[in-house]
Amino acid sequence: MGDPVNPEQTAVAEEEKPQTGSRRMVLNMGPQHPSTHGVLRLLLELDGETIMKCEPQLGYLHTGIEKEFEVKNYQQAVTLTDRVDYLAPLSNNLGYCLAVEKLLSLEIPPKAQWVRVMLTELTRLNSHLVGLGTHALDIGAMSVFLYCFREREDILRIFEMFSGQRMMTSYFRIGGLALEPPRGWQERVKKFIDTFPSRVDEYENLLTNNRIWMGRTQGVGRISLDDMLDLGVTGPMLRAAGLKIDARKDEPYSSYEKFDFEVPVRTENDVFARYLVRIEEMRQSAKIVRQAMDGMPEGPWKADDQHVVLPDREKMKTQMEALIYHFKIVTEGFRVPAGEVYQVIESPRGELGFYAVSDGTARPFRVHMRTPSFGNLQATSVMVEGTLIADVIAAIGSMDFVLGDTDR
Amino acid sequence: MDSFIVISLIKEVVVFGVLLTTLAYLQWVERKVIAHIQVRPGPYRVGPHGLLQPVADIIKLLTKEDLVPPYVNKPLYLLAPFLAMTMALLSISVIPFGPQIQVAGYQTYMQLTDLNIGVLFVLAVSSMGVYGIALAGWSSNNKYALLGGLRSSAQMISYELPMSLAIAAPLLISNTLSLRGLVEKQAGGIWNWNVLHGPFPQIVSFIIFLIAAFAETNRIPFDLPEAENELVAGFHTEYSSMKFASFFMSEYANMITVSCMATLLFLGGWVAPWPAEYGSSYVPAAIFLLAGLVALYHGFHPARRRDGYTLPVFGVLFLIAAAVFLLPMVQSWLIPLFWFCAKTGGILFGFMWIRGTLPRFRYDQLMGFTWKFLFPVAMLNLLVTGFLVALRS
Repeated sequence: MGDPVNPEQTAVAEEEKPQTGSRRMVLNMGPQHPSTHGVLRLLLELDGETIMKCEPQLGYLHTGIEKEFEVKNYQQAVTLTDRVDYLAPLSNNLGYCLAVEKLLSLEIPPKAQWVRVMLTELTRLNSHLVGLGTHALDIGAMSVFLYCFREREDILRIFEMFSGQRMMTSYFRIGGLALEPPRGWQERVKKFIDTFPSRVDEYENLLTNNRIWMGRTQGVGRISLDDMLDLGVTGPMLRAAGLKIDARKDEPYSSYEKFDFEVPVRTENDVFARYLVRIEEMRQSAKIVRQAMDGMPEGPWKADDQHVVLPDREKMKTQMEALIYHFKIVTEGFRVPAGEVYQVIESPRGELGFYAVSDGTARPFRVHMRTPSFGNLQATSVMVEGTLIADVIAAIGSMDFVLGDTDR
Repeated sequence: MDSFIVISLIKEVVVFGVLLTTLAYLQWVERKVIAHIQVRPGPYRVGPHGLLQPVADIIKLLTKEDLVPPYVNKPLYLLAPFLAMTMALLSISVIPFGPQIQVAGYQTYMQLTDLNIGVLFVLAVSSMGVYGIALAGWSSNNKYALLGGLRSSAQMISYELPMSLAIAAPLLISNTLSLRGLVEKQAGGIWNWNVLHGPFPQIVSFIIFLIAAFAETNRIPFDLPEAENELVAGFHTEYSSMKFASFFMSEYANMITVSCMATLLFLGGWVAPWPAEYGSSYVPAAIFLLAGLVALYHGFHPARRRDGYTLPVFGVLFLIAAAVFLLPMVQSWLIPLFWFCAKTGGILFGFMWIRGTLPRFRYDQLMGFTWKFLFPVAMLNLLVTGFLVALRS
């Protein structure tokens, strides 16, 4: 997004220009700013409090993760995907695993698929809760933030129960799951999902009909649908503009076609509509989690392919063949047939695509991620130019991006 | 004459000592209230139930590095926090807390000084407080601070109009500018308070006054000058250590002042809601008795381990307080003081409750709200009150 510009120089240059009208001030918002959700930097040109020009600058959280895929073997690289969008680690795990499994033509047993659906939907709740909480906090409703984090804590505990980790779960592995689902997970998930809808009502009580909240969000952050499509915006932002697009329905993966849920759509295309879409998505996700929990099939939780999936501990200690496979997989990984694949999933933020190229070795030749945050962030300038500083905060809150997802 | 000076000095020491302690502890109360709204315990580590947290905060703020950035306009930068703090503390000197009392043979008022234009004095001093914020924003030479200072000047000047109009209406009814006189006119009971008193109950102007008070003290939903999520820290972005603390304390002192003003103007000051012959003087003792019993009950059934040691102590203290309220020799001044503190505290609690509930206005909406809604309504209210007062006389 252009070379980094020294704001002081820009300001000086601005002042030196002979100007007839009012003079503009260049405000450097971020990378250290409480509401840019990480290290986004916005160069704002202000006339009073009105924004004349907005230039987002990325790259402050560049991690080189895409490059690092090339030096890990396929299974190890799962852990990299967690770190990309750290609010939705399991969605990223799923996208990557599905892409590689497509290259391997691997059949995933139903139980693993259903656990994957359940946990990715919990991930969606987790991400939407943080998104809603920080969005509300930016607009000044401090309590909603803490209520959201209370529910998020329950979700993180469920993740910890399954994978031993709260954030960087890496629970999905190529070929199924990392571990067998723990004993007693049903009670934990049930307890959460029974209370969750009433908690969503609580947020709505505080915000939806609140005049100040409506004033701050309605009619703010408008951008035409065509512009959004041109800029590559996806996810709840498109659905709030009236376009019913959701990879879970359009190109179902991991048995999503067997679940009954609605894709919420609004037409107002402003910050308020995006908020309502996310609230409704939370309710729908809770519905999917309940369906997955109730209808969980029995059977194995990892694929039956000894070239890819680690053997059971017991087999490894009694069968020579299993021990050999274990040694091979752990030391050099598994080889993936040459080819390329593009797998799309619906992450909480929008369309998450994994483009993986294999050259037949045990390490990916190239993995490119089409991350939703990057696309969504492109809309910033169009959205905020001509509005007030306070609207920038509302608009970037409604985009719900994660900077790790933008600079990978 | 000598005794006047001595009494005044003693009163000054007492009032400012109590005020500064209240300032420190108001912040603790606010953190606790907000925390309980937000389902978390709040300060809990420093002392029992975090009661020593204010002390720790003061030590922290005093020992922080006091940084003066090289690019500021130094005289104004240094003046601004003093101005804000002084103006915020000054108005407490005309606030009466209770009726005339007798201490060691001397008759005196529970008030530092009884200005006959007390209301105007408070208004004038609180207007001067804007300078502190505007100068801080401008002299910091920082863009966020500048925007915060600009917002604050515009906001405070705009909200002063409906506030003054809201104050004018009860003044018409009471026909005095002395804060003591105002309260004496409202004596008798809740039906004589200006908020309910005829010829025209001042409920509307009470609400307008409270809304404008929120704006004057930069509290949510009007905390735009320091809107953390937009302007980092607003006008005090560049201030550190005690200079930051003085802005912080002036905000709380302003909160106390406007709550006192609302109590005096509309809620009858230290007057009990109903006359003493119907038992209003037993209410404070009853409240403390109840609080003591609740604390004792929870102390003997502790939810947390430490509560078992701390809550019985609080319970006994509350019971002692209840007993003190029944002593005849202190009742004459303690009970008015109790009602004054209870009313002011109730309004302060409202400030905190709102902060835990509402989001923040946008700058243009805020200005639209005051000019297009509050100002005309306050004007109309004043007109109607004026007519009715004229008709009555």
